[in-house]
Amino acid sequence: MAMRASDRRLLGDRQGRRTMVWIMAIMIFLTVLAAAMGLSVASAGSALDRQLAGRLTVQVVEADAAKRDAAVARLLAGLRTAPVVARAVEVDRTELAELMRPWLGDAGLDADLPIPAMVDVDLRQSDDTAVAAVTRIAHAATPAARVDWHASWLAPVRGFLRTLGWVAFGLVAVMATATAAVVLLSARAGLDTHRGTIDILHMLGATDVQIARLFQQRIAVDTLTGGLIGTVAGLAVVLVVGLQIGGLESQVLAGLALSTADWLLIVATPIAFMLLAMVAARIAVLRALGQVL
Amino acid sequence: MAAPAKLQTGWPAPAMANIVQFENVGLRYGNGAETLSDVSFTLTTGSFYFLTGPSGAGKTSLLKLLYLAQRPSRGVIRLFGEDAVTLPRARLPGFRRRIGVVFQDFRLVPHLSAYDNIALPLRVAGVPEADVAVPVNEMLAWVGLSDRADAPPPTLSGGEQQRIAIARAVIGRPEILVADEPTGNVDPDMAERLLHLFDSLNRLGTTVVVATHDYELLQRIPAARMMRLERGKLIDPTGQMRFPPASDGAR
Repeated sequence: MAMRASDRRLLGDRQGRRTMVWIMAIMIFLTVLAAAMGLSVASAGSALDRQLAGRLTVQVVEADAAKRDAAVARLLAGLRTAPVVARAVEVDRTELAELMRPWLGDAGLDADLPIPAMVDVDLRQSDDTAVAAVTRIAHAATPAARVDWHASWLAPVRGFLRTLGWVAFGLVAVMATATAAVVLLSARAGLDTHRGTIDILHMLGATDVQIARLFQQRIAVDTLTGGLIGTVAGLAVVLVVGLQIGGLESQVLAGLALSTADWLLIVATPIAFMLLAMVAARIAVLRALGQVL
Repeated sequence: MAAPAKLQTGWPAPAMANIVQFENVGLRYGNGAETLSDVSFTLTTGSFYFLTGPSGAGKTSLLKLLYLAQRPSRGVIRLFGEDAVTLPRARLPGFRRRIGVVFQDFRLVPHLSAYDNIALPLRVAGVPEADVAVPVNEMLAWVGLSDRADAPPPTLSGGEQQRIAIARAVIGRPEILVADEPTGNVDPDMAERLLHLFDSLNRLGTTVVVATHDYELLQRIPAARMMRLERGKLIDPTGQMRFPPASDGAR
């Protein structure tokens, strides 16, 4: 039986359908929020990895300015010839003084103040071997060198983001399972409600698959309608939150931005849920009809 | 256990095949007493049968077995030359499409129009929509309800619903037509028209089985055979009975 207007009318119950549409809208709204959170957190984690995990800072803690400058020169010379190092550059002293101004005031600009020299190092690959090589070069240049691998202090942040990501994707999985469960319950309730019509269809020679298709098509329309409502509402919330995050001008939170692929995934949520609902409805109806003659 | 009462139709045409065969069929609902006991009969293709008997005799149960809404508790049922008792569930739809049923309670889909109710068997069978309108409109005209094509069943009278149910049962030109009290809700004129429809279908080759209390109806189809059920048993093994016995409470 192809879906015709009369087929759509076979399973009436408009009130029940409206309820189903709104249930689906709420489920998919929450799913879109969870998916957006998961994807943006994953994106932020990747951005952190790209921006900071392959970066080291070498401090040269030497009170004597001449010795410090000589040590920095040796350090830079050693680092720039090391194959694991992509870039090594000394942080401008004025910038350092500016960074310290909140604590030291104008005194921070005093040339005689023994501020450690800082060298930013970008690694070609972020791993323990590269860090060890840089540490060897730094200590060879001066025993006063301290190597600070950003990934080590970022580890808790990265771990937190990873946990958030798993929680978000777990929520998506829970919502998908809940949706399937709602569809199963709805299909069973529908079978009870339309028992008389189903009996008539059976007596007229309709197959279980034909009857299941009626339920599948109905649930597909309801899920897609609810899904579009939920997705539009969810995207609106995601956009507002995104704008607010942009206003914070935080380097870490800036990584929360969604890519084009992420947006496409979120927009595909109602379609994915519609397919899920159709499969769940088909299984529920065929199983139930298999119990009767 | 009583010997099975067997209806010998005894029709003379040797070319006629047996379209339905019941052998020692028993039907029991749950753990209760048997509703049908040792029912044996044979229906030949293209014949017309009345099934009579008092209320509660088991007429509807026998018809349910006939249109495959129920499997028997025991015995053998052969339908279209195949064993209907062990027929796999997946093959039931194909068999059911060959049987038209007029239910005692009509069983129309309440939220579909009269037109769509009549069209249902064609749509179930996958007939293209373009080929549905003509036969449905013909059926509507034949049962005198062309002007009520868009009306949903709850807005129709009992007689009108009955006519829609009959139109739905016959639109697919079934090989067997089973009707349970089809004239119970219509006036005598309409009853006669419906009976003539059944007779015309029968003349076109459809085997017709009509369960009825109305003995006047029996006499309107002189060529029809009569099967009589009493307390779940088929009596009149000769099948030659034309008038109900004086003991029939439904008379």
